Amino acid sequence: MGYQVLESVWLAPNVRKLLVAAPHVTRNCGPGQFVIVRATPDGERIPLTIGFADKAAGTISLFIQAIGKSTTDLCNLETGSSLCDVAGPMGKKTTIHNVGHAVIVGGGVGTAVIYPQARALKEQGNYVSAIIGGRSKPYVILEEELKAVCDAVYPCTDDGSYGFKGFVTQRLGQLITESTANPVKEVITAGPVPMMKAVAEVTRPLGIHTVASLNPIMVDGTGMCGGCRVQVGGQMLFACVDGPEFDAHQVDFKELSDRLTAYREHEQRCMAK
Amino acid sequence: MSEAKPKIKAAERMKINRQAMPARDAVERSHTFGEVNLGLLEQIAILEAQRCLECKEAKCVAGCPVAVDIPGFVAKLAEGDLQAAADVLANCNALPCISGRVCPQEKQCEILCIRGKKGDPVAIGYLERFVADWALAHRGVRKAAPVPLSGKKVAVVGSGPAGLTAAGELAKLGHEVTVFEALHQPGGVLVYGIPEFRLPKEIVKAEVDALVRLGVEIRCNVIIGRSYTIDQLLQEERYDAIFIANGAGLPVFMGIPGENLKGVYSANEYLTRVNLMKAFDPNSATPVLKAKQVVVVGGGNTAMDGVRVARRLGADPSTLVYRRSRTEMPARIEEVHHAEEEGVVFQMLTNPVKILGDDKGWVRAVLCQRMELGAPDAKGRRSPVPIPNSEFEIPCEVVVEAIGTRANPLLTATTPDLKVNEKGYIQIDANNMTSKPGVFAGGDIVRGAATVILAMGDGKRTAHAIDAYLKASVQPATAN
Ligand SMILES: Cc1cc2nc3c(=O)[nH]c(=O)nc-3n(C[C@H](O)[C@H](O)[C@H](O)COP(=O)(O)OP(=O)(O)OC[C@H]3O[C@@H](n4cnc5c(N)ncnc54)[C@H](O)[C@@H]3O)c2cc1C
Ligand SMILES: Cc1cc2nc3c(=O)[nH]c(=O)nc-3n(C[C@H](O)[C@H](O)[C@H](O)COP(=O)(O)OP(=O)(O)OC[C@H]3O[C@@H](n4cnc5c(N)ncnc54)[C@H](O)[C@@H]3O)c2cc1C
Ligand code: SF4
Ligand code: FES
Repeated sequence: MGYQVLESVWLAPNVRKLLVAAPHVTRNCGPGQFVIVRATPDGERIPLTIGFADKAAGTISLFIQAIGKSTTDLCNLETGSSLCDVAGPMGKKTTIHNVGHAVIVGGGVGTAVIYPQARALKEQGNYVSAIIGGRSKPYVILEEELKAVCDAVYPCTDDGSYGFKGFVTQRLGQLITESTANPVKEVITAGPVPMMKAVAEVTRPLGIHTVASLNPIMVDGTGMCGGCRVQVGGQMLFACVDGPEFDAHQVDFKELSDRLTAYREHEQRCMAK
Repeated sequence: MSEAKPKIKAAERMKINRQAMPARDAVERSHTFGEVNLGLLEQIAILEAQRCLECKEAKCVAGCPVAVDIPGFVAKLAEGDLQAAADVLANCNALPCISGRVCPQEKQCEILCIRGKKGDPVAIGYLERFVADWALAHRGVRKAAPVPLSGKKVAVVGSGPAGLTAAGELAKLGHEVTVFEALHQPGGVLVYGIPEFRLPKEIVKAEVDALVRLGVEIRCNVIIGRSYTIDQLLQEERYDAIFIANGAGLPVFMGIPGENLKGVYSANEYLTRVNLMKAFDPNSATPVLKAKQVVVVGGGNTAMDGVRVARRLGADPSTLVYRRSRTEMPARIEEVHHAEEEGVVFQMLTNPVKILGDDKGWVRAVLCQRMELGAPDAKGRRSPVPIPNSEFEIPCEVVVEAIGTRANPLLTATTPDLKVNEKGYIQIDANNMTSKPGVFAGGDIVRGAATVILAMGDGKRTAHAIDAYLKASVQPATAN
């Protein structure tokens, strides 16, 4: 059977967008939710955020950054191929309010992870700014798509080859300072763990409500294994059912980044094959 | 098949000793995943069957949660009439290849067997397995006689033993059945929890294939409560009734310091990685941490499976830590024996208080304390009490917690009008119907973590209750 890949395009040297037929996912899905996919019958179960969902067509877009064996395999899928499994939607939907000025901060493929929130925030009548980062120009993704749903988009690159030169957190600090007339009320962030941690540290002293979309290692995505557990405010929560979004000021990022290294040796062996 | 043989006298029967189950060599199996019990040979099975006294009021049947006609099938086997034995069994039990392997017979039927009063009870479990395996090998899973279609649609949520049994019964009653399963493979605990060496996955697959041949549709990767809500199944997808059998799969953690160190697993995660995701195979993309020393906490079947899997993945020692004594262990007695033969180390009357890590966030040991059994509680079970100043460390790199599971709130939270008890288990009436008309439930999500045979019993009983409900309702349940 399988789930058809209707379209496959490169967005960045390491990020691919797959348009996949999965009508059972689009029925109820919302921003913040994800699917778990397997490319092949012996593949790993990989969590991926639902980027765009077209309810009428029953399709979802996935944005995949090739960082290891399974994501590389997924990025090699061409139009007309198929995925062995697509399960979902999983996780809670983001609660979106009209807060006034909301900022989304995305790093790398994290930009795709929070694109749906940007759109939903706009639909709620917010003023939405997007700060999106990449190592250099080709790694900044979804800028055009975000421009269509945001009031302002600020691309950033580590090497200054495009947009603001520096980290997204520096640009965030600036934006907060500049926005005196329309103060920033909420920040939603997704990307590498050190980046999300840094975003939380920018907003913590200012008391700006900040939400991080966490990406722990998962297996089932239904609350059955507990492998995705994270510490939030001293409590053990399962990211796949209680999250994946949590109050960034409460998250134990150190533990999260540490737990993400559990299979590093195995991953290196897989990549070497 | 064969001409009637003269009946064997009781005195003759009494002379036969209980036959042993041939097992794979303990050293070999401590590092391989092949099935441990190899099954009885036909002559041996017949001999064992001849030990049965074919009691008029068979005690054993009273102990069987689904009242299998034990003397009935055993008598046919004793006569060497395997066809007839298989027919009797098939009428009582939908998945005998599975229950013959995983039922706690020593607590159900065999404990009550009259022959156990003096000597050993009849090996009912071995015989059930023998007849069921014979039937699977020699006549495949038989197609039921076609029945007139009822025109009614029934949705089954979850493909564990409860869901699979109900789906089969409902299909045989002429209903159109769809099973929704959250994972990518059907079987529930039978595929993600119970390891290959106790229950070969080929057997589960054969049972699932048989359902598909009966016309049951199995839709994996669909999470009820998220992909579709119960109300959407009733109102939009036009199912006339629903059977919820989503199990009790939420792992409980001990709540002690160090549980988030790398190397700490719930038994569900550890077993799922190995069984469902095949992490024991070096070619599998899914990893599992292979450690020299593993500690598994708990005393049930799950703990026993965990500690034996760890052993097979190379742990030496693979240690089981349990806070009560051996006699209180809820695991199947056969698994305890097998674990022991495979070299598993038992630390009884021991309770972990803290998991210790190194400076890189990896587990290095479990700090435990010794326990003693105190006064019996209301249920007569003696509860363990810590012995002061008895702390000691067990060095290990992996810890597997198998201390129990709870109801997963994912489905019930999205169905607010579904009544649950204080622990989150779904409440049902005498007909297994929930507080929502047309929505039934059974298996672990009703009972709390129980057994395969109870789940199968629930599946069968509920299928008939659903059939009666559908026949009684002039209008489909979805009419508004
Ligand atoms: C809820 C959720 C949503 C996600 N959405 C997306 C998405 O839309 N697009 C996308 O490209 N990725 C997403 N991810 C991350 C993605 O699932 C991982 O990148 C993927 O599982 C890695 O698999 P791999 O075999 O390719 O890499 P591996 O070989 O397993 O890992 C390679 C490296 O990545 C690190 N790593 C392992 N697992 C993760 C993880 N879960 N997150 C981050 N780093 C990890 C490892 O430490 C290792 O250094 C999401 C994760 C979660 C939990
Ligand atoms: C490791 C282990 C070993 C065991 N050993 C034994 C043994 O030896 N003997 C014995 O008798 N019992 C044993 N048990 C207990 C036995 O397996 C269970 O009591 C039995 O499987 C319960 O059956 P069930 O059909 O109610 O649920 P399960 O087998 O738990 O199946 C439920 C299914 O529903 C799916 N599901 C959950 N939520 C949803 C949803 N929202 N939408 C769609 N699908 C969903 C799950 O993925 C799962 O596949 C063991 C249990 C474990 C964990
Ligand atoms: S109680 Fe024992 S001897 Fe009697 S019918 Fe049952 S299995 Fe046979
Ligand atoms: S991924 Fe298994 S509980 Fe969250």
